Amino acid sequence: MSVDLSQFIPSFLEESFEGLELMESSLLNLKAGDHETIHSIFRAAHSIKGGAGTFGFDSVTKFTHLVETLLDEMRDGRREVVPKDIEILLASVDCMRLLIEAARDEEDYDKEKVTQTTQQLSQTLASNDSASGDVKQAQTMSDDAPVDNELSTYQIHFVPEHNLAKTGNDPLFLFNALADLGELITIANTSELPALTDIDPQELYLSWDLTLKTKANKEEIYEVFEWVEDECLLEISQIENQNQNQIQVKSQPLEQMAVAQQESNVVEKIDIPQQSSVDIVKPSSPIKSKTKTKTKPEVSSIRVGVDKVDNLINLVGELVITQSMLSELGSDFQMNKIERLTNGLEQLLQNTKELQESVMRIRMLPISFAFNRFPRLVHDLSNKTGKEIELVIKGEQTELDKTVMEQIGDPLVHLVRNAVDHGIEPADVRIANGKSEKGTISLDAYHQGGNIVIEISDDGGGINRQKVFAKAVEKGIIEPNSALSDSQVFDLLFEPGFSTADQVTDISGRGVGMDVVKRNIQSLGGRIQVESAVGEGSCFKVNLPLTLAILDGQLVKVGSETYIIPLISIVESLQVDTELINKVSGNMELYRLRDENVPILPVYQLFGLTTKFTDLSDSLLVVVEADGQKVGLMVDHLLAQQQVVIKGLKDNYQQVIGISGATILGDGSVAMILDIPGMIQMALSYAQNKQLDNNAVNHSEIREYS
Amino acid sequence: MAKVLVVDDSNSIRDMVSFTLKSAGFQTVEAKDGVEGLSKAQVGSFDLVISDVNMPNMDGITLCGELRKLPNFKFTPILMLTTESSTDMKIRGKAAGATGWLVKPFNPDKLLATIKRVVR
Repeated sequence: MSVDLSQFIPSFLEESFEGLELMESSLLNLKAGDHETIHSIFRAAHSIKGGAGTFGFDSVTKFTHLVETLLDEMRDGRREVVPKDIEILLASVDCMRLLIEAARDEEDYDKEKVTQTTQQLSQTLASNDSASGDVKQAQTMSDDAPVDNELSTYQIHFVPEHNLAKTGNDPLFLFNALADLGELITIANTSELPALTDIDPQELYLSWDLTLKTKANKEEIYEVFEWVEDECLLEISQIENQNQNQIQVKSQPLEQMAVAQQESNVVEKIDIPQQSSVDIVKPSSPIKSKTKTKTKPEVSSIRVGVDKVDNLINLVGELVITQSMLSELGSDFQMNKIERLTNGLEQLLQNTKELQESVMRIRMLPISFAFNRFPRLVHDLSNKTGKEIELVIKGEQTELDKTVMEQIGDPLVHLVRNAVDHGIEPADVRIANGKSEKGTISLDAYHQGGNIVIEISDDGGGINRQKVFAKAVEKGIIEPNSALSDSQVFDLLFEPGFSTADQVTDISGRGVGMDVVKRNIQSLGGRIQVESAVGEGSCFKVNLPLTLAILDGQLVKVGSETYIIPLISIVESLQVDTELINKVSGNMELYRLRDENVPILPVYQLFGLTTKFTDLSDSLLVVVEADGQKVGLMVDHLLAQQQVVIKGLKDNYQQVIGISGATILGDGSVAMILDIPGMIQMALSYAQNKQLDNNAVNHSEIREYS
Repeated sequence: MAKVLVVDDSNSIRDMVSFTLKSAGFQTVEAKDGVEGLSKAQVGSFDLVISDVNMPNMDGITLCGELRKLPNFKFTPILMLTTESSTDMKIRGKAAGATGWLVKPFNPDKLLATIKRVVR
């Protein structure tokens, strides 16, 4: 029979990449004498090697064998764990990744790098004598092709030890396996058989003389007995004369044969024509032809914990119960059952909500998936630049939508590279400035409102405002006399073609990245902000939506429009007490909320609507918070709270400041979802008497489009 | 129908072994390490156990030793999956009561042909 192995390849690839990640992170944390870690690294390499061999990725197997040998020596204590070897192992991990990817995509790999690392590995191994044999073994890994032998006859004398069965072996099965090789005649020798009363049923007392006519060679026959060779006496000899009629059974007295045939069913003549089931095919050959058609997993997959799936199945179960209850109720409905109906519908609502939450949760993965690559990155960059850097990772369990996660990886890499290259100063500068020699880069992720915030901060030199400004003027991005706030100056870093590095290095490129970083983040509906203080360091804050699909919202009414405020950003809603209103310079009104002054934003003014609720005393104030800033949104009425499915505005209309999306309400009408940070920006420019007209949008126009 | 317990921490290998056995008419139960394998063995009986050696939590050699202590598994064939065909590994396996070993890499045909030595 033949089994199509290609179906297991995606799963092998997935676990190999996971294994490589584990190897890499463990290697980075490896200390001498840490046996547990070495063991787990070894296990990962070992699994990859085993799988690669099975699925026919020979290049991976050969290379990984060397890696495994080195790890094995470390594991057994035959070799010290020294930094140099760890570097080689890290490079080996890269090579394994290259090789696996190349095997997956059936493409060529960077042969030079692999050859170089192979040499390093071999040299390292050769420095320990015991390993040289292994190296050789790897280089000459045998792949025996089937040899079409002549039919020959073998005489096998097999005397098992009495306790053979205790190892789980059974001569009968061995003979069956022999019979698969050819034509087998078995003759049992019962001379050792004790009297019936003395027989221990767990012991073996028989021995056998077998005659096998087969095309197989002696090695293959020995192989059948390989598991019992230490527990038996085994003699295999080839009979020269291949004529079947002349088989001689020398050692078997005739009368014993007769006895055996009468009383024992262990004696049998198995006469099965030679089967071809033991064709030793090279493991690679059946797969290679398959993989040519398709190995690359094109549909991305999510690994979901069984608990999440079980939970989902439970919920569906409940939903089915509710549904059958309701349909039973509906088949014979009378008004006196109205209470049961209400209860049923409430249950349905609950079920739907839980189901929705569970389904969403399936897409959520801890951000450690994106953070995992950074220890290695920083380690390598640290080696390259000669700067000593400690990486601190926090909040790696924070969950994030898989799609968002996949797209945020590259921008984060860019930011971390920048932090190493431009942020952290060389050690001598740090010491001169009274800082510790070792720089620190922190990655932090946390939830804030409906968003996830990822911070990349360093304790380096900070961003020099003057330098950025001068550079921007030089590049013609701004006028020399522009009056810009700090954050506006820092935003210039994200302008295309901007680079402040005194020296262009191969680490963070030539300033062709930051604008791309910003664009990528914006395309995910996120924002990036920079905070920096000269001499103290910089912090890049990336704000991303948790998921791109669903939002808990508070519906509010302003004039004829219904808006949705993300529930998560609402601090409180209150009736305005006019005595607590203060006017400050400009048009801004502030509301005294306990010991804070909260700016009041009249939504109708910002969006250019007409409403009869223009007086604060008639209106309601919804206090919301974004980016640490509280504002009070002045609205006409509060309506219901509900979950809404977000529809992007950009796809249907265009991006609008102050609006993050739209949704369709239960009655079919369209409602806009307010973007609180955007509204705060609008309000600021409004207060600064900047042109509001550009921002004021006719929302009924949007509605027609969406 | 012979029932086989397949223990391996690698999903792909476990799937492959299990799938191969199933398509040859065996019934299989899977476990991802020695601990899970042992707990599944304690509540069922099997005609064959195929276990990886290098696994987290409990390795295959320990599992083998533990299985041999169970009355149900006194004579059950236990095969170790290994990439190391070294004598050391064989001695350790045998000492723990293993029936035999399957050296990786192997293809499905080889697997089926080999286990015929202990089960049908």
